[in-house]
Amino acid sequence: MTFSLRNPIVLAVLATIGLFLIGSTFAVVPETRQGVVLRFGKPVRIYNSYKPNEVFGHTGAGLKVRAPLLDQIVWIDKRVQSVTMERQQVLSTDQLRLQVDAFARYRIVDPQRMYISAGSEERVQDALKPILGSALRNELGKRRANLLLSPERGEVMTNIQRNLNLVARQYGAQIIDVRIMRTDLPDGTPLQGAFQRMRSAREQEALTLRAEGARRAQLIRAQADADAAKIYAASFGKDPQFYDFYRAMQSYRASFAQENNGETTAILSPDNDYLRQFRGR
Amino acid sequence: MDTEMTQRPGQPSAMSEGGPWGSKGEDGQGGKGSDGPRNPWTPPPRGDEPGGQGPRGPSAIDELLRRARESFGGGFPQQPGGRSLWPYMVGGVVVLWLALTSFHSIGAKQRGIVTQLGSYSRTLGPGVNMTLPAPFETVEVIDVEEIRTIDLGSAGDEAEKLMLTEDQNIINLGYSVRWNISDPKRYAFQIAEPDATIAEVAESAMRAVIATVSLTDAMGAGRNMIEGQVQERMQAILDGYGAGIRIQGVAIKQADPPAAVNDAFKEVTASQQAAETYINQAQAYAQQLSAQSQGEAAAFDKVYEQYKLSPEVTRRRMYYETMEKVLSGVNKTIVETNNVTPYLPLPVVRPTQRPTATVEASPAPQQGGGQ
Repeated sequence: MTFSLRNPIVLAVLATIGLFLIGSTFAVVPETRQGVVLRFGKPVRIYNSYKPNEVFGHTGAGLKVRAPLLDQIVWIDKRVQSVTMERQQVLSTDQLRLQVDAFARYRIVDPQRMYISAGSEERVQDALKPILGSALRNELGKRRANLLLSPERGEVMTNIQRNLNLVARQYGAQIIDVRIMRTDLPDGTPLQGAFQRMRSAREQEALTLRAEGARRAQLIRAQADADAAKIYAASFGKDPQFYDFYRAMQSYRASFAQENNGETTAILSPDNDYLRQFRGR
Repeated sequence: MDTEMTQRPGQPSAMSEGGPWGSKGEDGQGGKGSDGPRNPWTPPPRGDEPGGQGPRGPSAIDELLRRARESFGGGFPQQPGGRSLWPYMVGGVVVLWLALTSFHSIGAKQRGIVTQLGSYSRTLGPGVNMTLPAPFETVEVIDVEEIRTIDLGSAGDEAEKLMLTEDQNIINLGYSVRWNISDPKRYAFQIAEPDATIAEVAESAMRAVIATVSLTDAMGAGRNMIEGQVQERMQAILDGYGAGIRIQGVAIKQADPPAAVNDAFKEVTASQQAAETYINQAQAYAQQLSAQSQGEAAAFDKVYEQYKLSPEVTRRRMYYETMEKVLSGVNKTIVETNNVTPYLPLPVVRPTQRPTATVEASPAPQQGGGQ
């Protein structure tokens, strides 16, 4: 076969070579990634490295030229990433155990150093994770437990962030912030103890509520009795003798009412005032 | 293509004899004789060796390639004149490609992030927009207006939802966070995992706020305040990341005591009810007593008014009426006292049975008690 340009095989081979050359000469650098250019394994250049306060569109992203075949690019995430610490027990100065988990947010700001010292992004995470744990334990171990729960733990966080940053810098990373997600009492005795305390507090509250209700009820009744007595006194006090008589009459009716149905037997003397007229006087 | 190849051995003559799918020239035998428009994919005529007996005989590979080309060329439509449709098809694909990747319809709630060879170029608003075709400019469409919701603490085991309050009590909290995207390019470029980030930030902010309020506040009156504070805190943290996310709201859906102490909390509620009951009963008593005393006092006052007009008569009348009423329903024994030793055979005096009772119970005219 002839090697003319009309031969489709030749065309295809040429096109492949051309594409390969274009592909290995130009690199599309996205906004979200930084590229470390390695020439024979040695970092020579960085594409789109992070700078604070940069405006998207004016970063290092875009089409980049490199030496084909010689330059290799290692991509490193430019975005804010997270490393999470597994739950850990922290012992405070007052010997209270707390379960703490936390996360740190970081960004690779020096991709070249990161590539040299860690090699890959996973390794950065693996390196930061135990350090985050130990920094947290150290710092929280210096405090009392109630301080860990209090809003003043901002200072604690700043310290942890500073300690962590010292290490992170060796990996070309910058810690943006460290936050505690959970601070819980450990399962078992401490948690059950807290539950027990809550329960007893509630029981106390329940008893107090009942007693208070009873007290107020008593007061209301007493006040009512007093008011009634006042009304009676104001009315009956106008003529005590007549009241005596009037009330006695009412009382007799009530006591010897017909409803008693013969259960009552009265033995009367003719001297009785009611029988006065019996004698015909 | 595979099917073409497998079919081929079965019908070699049909292909080589020409017809609509191939020209006669491709037989290679009478190469010089072929004229007219030539299929570009068929091999050029080998004119130099008339008998095909030249020094370079068709090797097996050449033969294979030739056959492959034939099938390749033969498998696609040609115009009746023998011209290939290939250029048109390629052109059609290119036009389609341009149309699909240059025009972008962006919905009312969406924005399009245009990157020019990787570098951020501009943000497309709603409507139909034009960009350069695909390898040069790519568009990522992001829904910015849609409010997304993340539920936290509503599923999973209870231990995940327990939080410590300021008074070292434990609360079982479920809440949700609503958010949308305020800056699509930051959202696209700044944060590696937006959803996980928001969830973690929410968790952290919520626990920090709950640690500043008491259990009763968290369960009741303080909810709005907590929601507001969490929202503010989350927004501040996310702004610190430059996340391009706006927190629209935080809603506490559930704030209960933990299951382990729930009974004690129910007991508190029961006690509140009981206390209310006591007070209600006392108030009922008070009202009853008040009404009764006022009624009795008013009755006495009225009677007393009349009594004052003629005390002696009224008094006697009331006395007799009362006695009459009282004694009419009573077994009476009148004893002359002075000379008789009052021996009382109680079993006799005492009414043995009740026959009288029914008689006595018959309605006696109700004597007004002097009113």
